[in-house]
Amino acid sequence: MSEILVLVEHVEGQVKKVTLELLTLARKLGTPSAVWAGPGYSPEAKARLAEHGAEKIYVADSADVNDYVVAPKAELLAQLVSEKSPAAVFVAATAEAKEIAGRLAIKIDSGVLTDVVGVEDGLVADQSIFGGGVNVRSRVTKGTPIVAVRPNATPVEAAAGAGAEEQVSVAVSETARSARIVERVKEEKGARPELTEAAIVVSGGRGVGSAENFSIIEKLADSLGAAVGASRAATDAGWYPHQFQVGQTGKTVSPQLYIAAGISGAIQHRAGMQTAKTIVAINKDPEAPIFELADFGVVGDLNQVVPQLTDEVAKRK
Amino acid sequence: MNIVVCVKQVPDTATERKLRSDDKTLDRDAADGVINELCEYAVEEALRLKEAHGGEVTVLTMGPDKASDTIRKALAMGADKAVHLVDDALHGSDALGTSYALAQTLKKIGFDLVVLGSESTDARTGVLAAMLAERLGVPQLTFANKVEVDPSAAKAGSGGSIAIQRVTDYGYDRVEASLPAVVSVVEKINEPRYPSFKGIMAAKKKPVEKLGVADAEIDASQVGLANSWSEVADFAAAPPRAAGTIVKDEGDGGAKTADFLASKKFV
Repeated sequence: MSEILVLVEHVEGQVKKVTLELLTLARKLGTPSAVWAGPGYSPEAKARLAEHGAEKIYVADSADVNDYVVAPKAELLAQLVSEKSPAAVFVAATAEAKEIAGRLAIKIDSGVLTDVVGVEDGLVADQSIFGGGVNVRSRVTKGTPIVAVRPNATPVEAAAGAGAEEQVSVAVSETARSARIVERVKEEKGARPELTEAAIVVSGGRGVGSAENFSIIEKLADSLGAAVGASRAATDAGWYPHQFQVGQTGKTVSPQLYIAAGISGAIQHRAGMQTAKTIVAINKDPEAPIFELADFGVVGDLNQVVPQLTDEVAKRK
Repeated sequence: MNIVVCVKQVPDTATERKLRSDDKTLDRDAADGVINELCEYAVEEALRLKEAHGGEVTVLTMGPDKASDTIRKALAMGADKAVHLVDDALHGSDALGTSYALAQTLKKIGFDLVVLGSESTDARTGVLAAMLAERLGVPQLTFANKVEVDPSAAKAGSGGSIAIQRVTDYGYDRVEASLPAVVSVVEKINEPRYPSFKGIMAAKKKPVEKLGVADAEIDASQVGLANSWSEVADFAAAPPRAAGTIVKDEGDGGAKTADFLASKKFV
């Protein structure tokens, strides 16, 4: 079977779940080779990639690759595509990996598909566009297909791969060193999973009413091991930090379960969450458009319903 | 400082957006065209940088004739002049083709700084700024929630310095580079101004240069639908989600929701 390069997403040496999803997906279409870019590679990381089917692991763990914005990683992938002639390159549809994919596409004169939610035989990709209103099947027609797949699009399945390691030395060009990262600032986010990667997201909107009251959203999220999101109304009001905004101008999430509390479900919000597998809505307005999407909905006061739900979840653990 | 701000006309997200059944491209007649929301933040940031450091703001858009409405909006906000890249040969260009056409135009008109919104509400690829940086061979300063240009260096026209805060999953990266550069901005970097009546009137007299493919030295074999690097195989309206169970809270709404979550094995 033909080789598919999978760019590994990792944070502090830990392989992120989306990479395991990509390896699972790549296994159905070819033979996955993981590409590790930047410092932090370890035997644990190697084991995790191999356990999910990586036949080869290309390791470029020099600091150089990480110290400049995006461009060195695109150069690394371009070098590997030229050396290995893979059938495709898979990356996660995160903001940064999409940028890597975009620069790679130009370097290797190949088409790129972003925000893909499924890939079929023949590398035909499923995309959901216009806020979830239209489903598109598309394919790359020139070069080596580059596919950016959304987190949570594929259930992770373990399968042993050889995990044969190959060190790759990449000579980062002067041009790729032109935007230098001089400082990385970590903002407090607690122990919650990352919003775009979380299997469960609990979001609050206008109905939450205040910054203080977001604590009831956070408590529900913590009882479910979920990430917290917010609608634009809530972030515009300053009740919750902007980086947690789900919607057209914020993050796009595609979790297994999305719980919307006090969110009406305007198109601006739906564009960011409509591909969630299961949607639960809690809103006091029975006419709220979010109920059109909901698999389960409660018309009621979130101040009553959400804490009760949190208690019930705790009880059933 | 010569600032070029790229803007895009997109279908209003409040109306129903469609693909055309004939060539599977965006149906621009089906919905009202409006300026892409994140582009307004880009225009505002360009204007603020000009106000702080002097220079000129040029609006650049690629799109059909009706995209001139979007140019007028940016001019009414305060941009000085505009370039409208308009040619039937550009219709249906994908991100690679679009970035190529814009890069050729930028090389022709010149720039110290290119500013864009980080994503459009129609295609939502979020790759264009990175692609422009790649094609132009200049620093990529994308997903900025703060932009600082060194004024002393910037006045020299080249060799000026720039720093941004790049939004990341964990917080932000501080990134430094030299001009010329490409910057993309996120929402909340600023509060875009509303055009004043005076601004709207003045915009009508501001110069808008129309360029075709040949004028911008664009190789027509690299743009347009037929030359795209990808294609839409087919598309369909998303099937409506199966109607869910909606209950009225009678003191047991939370418990009933927990029952539902348990039935789906989430708890």
